[in-house]
Amino acid sequence: MRLLTLIRDWLEQRAGLGKPIREAATHAVPSTSASWWYVFGSATLVVFVLQVVSGICLATVYAPSANDAWTSLERLNHEIPLGWFLRALHGWGSNFMVALVVVHMVQVFLFGAHKYPRELTWMVGVVLLLMTLGMAFTGQIMRFDQDAYWGLGIGASIAGRTPLVGRPLVHLLLGGPIIAGATLSRFFTLHVFVIPAVLMALVGLHLLLVLRLGINEWPMPGRVVSRETYRREYEDLVHADGVPFFPDAAKKDMVFAGLVILALVSCAAIFGPIGPGGRPDPTIIDTQPSPDFFFLWIYSALALLPAYLETVLLLTVPPAAILFLLALPLLAGTGEKSWRRRPVAVLSVVMIFLTIGSLTYLGTFAPWSPVMDAWSALPTPDVYLKDRSPLELQGAVLVQAKQCRNCHSLGGEGGRRGPALDDVATRLTRDQLIRQVLQGGGEMPAYGKNLSPAEVTALVSFLETLHPPGLEPARDASESAKR
Amino acid sequence: MAETTHSTTLLPPVSRRGFLFTLGLALNAAAAALFAVPVVGFLFSPARRLAEQAWVPLGPIASFPEGQTRLAAYRNPFVQPWDGETANVPCWVRRIAGAKFQVFAINCAHLGCPVRWFPESGLFMCPCHGGVYYADGSRASGPPPRGLFEYRYRIEGDQLWVRGGELPTLSEPV
Repeated sequence: MRLLTLIRDWLEQRAGLGKPIREAATHAVPSTSASWWYVFGSATLVVFVLQVVSGICLATVYAPSANDAWTSLERLNHEIPLGWFLRALHGWGSNFMVALVVVHMVQVFLFGAHKYPRELTWMVGVVLLLMTLGMAFTGQIMRFDQDAYWGLGIGASIAGRTPLVGRPLVHLLLGGPIIAGATLSRFFTLHVFVIPAVLMALVGLHLLLVLRLGINEWPMPGRVVSRETYRREYEDLVHADGVPFFPDAAKKDMVFAGLVILALVSCAAIFGPIGPGGRPDPTIIDTQPSPDFFFLWIYSALALLPAYLETVLLLTVPPAAILFLLALPLLAGTGEKSWRRRPVAVLSVVMIFLTIGSLTYLGTFAPWSPVMDAWSALPTPDVYLKDRSPLELQGAVLVQAKQCRNCHSLGGEGGRRGPALDDVATRLTRDQLIRQVLQGGGEMPAYGKNLSPAEVTALVSFLETLHPPGLEPARDASESAKR
Repeated sequence: MAETTHSTTLLPPVSRRGFLFTLGLALNAAAAALFAVPVVGFLFSPARRLAEQAWVPLGPIASFPEGQTRLAAYRNPFVQPWDGETANVPCWVRRIAGAKFQVFAINCAHLGCPVRWFPESGLFMCPCHGGVYYADGSRASGPPPRGLFEYRYRIEGDQLWVRGGELPTLSEPV
């Protein structure tokens, strides 16, 4: 014990770090800020530190070469002791970090903490969010599998839509004219050197600003922020009703961070490492590329944007959204802080979450994608084959053989790109069916070149039988009038 | 009187410290430029090399029966030893008749996903966002803004050659 004191004193006389650290740790914060709502930022930092540690461990084995990356991940998963667990920790840590950053940001916004004088803290936070998403995306590329390969293709295709500089931009992104070894090296550099360095520097600045400007007090409806009086009010508040950050506020941070780490380790142990998926061999085209959970909403948006607006929206909305987030505290930097008096703010958060949530939900089953093996894997339901004439049965065979079910479902199974065929006869008359099959229309391709007249007759005869019992098939009103 | 005029028309006298400070600034600015220009040039070099395509063989034309569309692959002409499997670039070869071909890039014109050929319905379908193309590569439905990208091809002896090596995008449709 005496030895420890001796060492501490020796260090303190030379480095003199003890005093500033003590002062920073015990600085007074409003007692209302020692709240369970204020624990998300510190938990994010803790997960970030864990990511650095597990990332360094993985880098000791990972081979950042297009030829070897996938194999080295498989080796980590299956051969190197605890390699699977480190990969699981890093992959789940990424999910946790994105989730915590988002929760932290929403809390800060709803509590008005982005307002005067903490505008810069918010702006740095926005860049930290972007860097975190950048780590998540480049991390997905590190898992150099089929999804990573085609994900790069999607990124390059978006870049290629830029007017004038599209082609050089694609080459810059890929490190060459095509996805290859140089591409992985570029993204490895971003993931391991560039973005982490920026993250660390900005986390430092973020914390410095929090210390300098004080932790946001609990927002009270009616307590309005004004540039003239806020700082004095905050000082008075801290003076009258302040508690030391450590331990009074920090104990809740510590408990929550501990729970987060436990949850993270449990997820890693129970669910295991994420991927890698199939080998990054572009000639294996039997693949269904899709991004990680946090980017699914973008994947959905890309499928659902109207084609004529897509390029414009792709190139303008992300920069505009980022600029708006950065400028937010400048546009609304004073006034009410409490969410109870900021209906627009609350509604905006709800709207954004509903939008991203719905798009994510759609992304999990991608109804716009043809089901590539529906035609050969899903049999026609028996009920649609009962009591049918030979011609109609011939048509049923054609529905399967011509891949109709890749886009149309029967009995709830098959693609959802087009409408279900179970009751198609109630919607279209015989003539309309023939026209739709031959010429296409809407989002349906024309099959005129791929069906003989006899096949069309058989196909349409079968489709005409598809109506629920008790619901009459559609008929041409002009025909009955003629009679 | 003459002396006063003299001192106002000339520059203020430069002290040794002031000179050293200015020299330090200038030297560091020059050094920073000397360092930064090559760094930026190096990082941006992939954006400057543009003409990265070359003729590559796809195989004997006999392996592509008339009236059929088949998957083929070429080796990236600018391959590096560490590229591994990524250097195998697939494409769809449609032999219309005789020496008349169409060679389509595998990449959907929407966002680059690999399209699959379905001979029964005569359609290419994309697994990502639902783009569909006809047998001749023209757009049938979905979000793609144009038909499939087509490689230039030529026949030498009994070999089919294409000009490949670049990822086709809307700004460089091969």
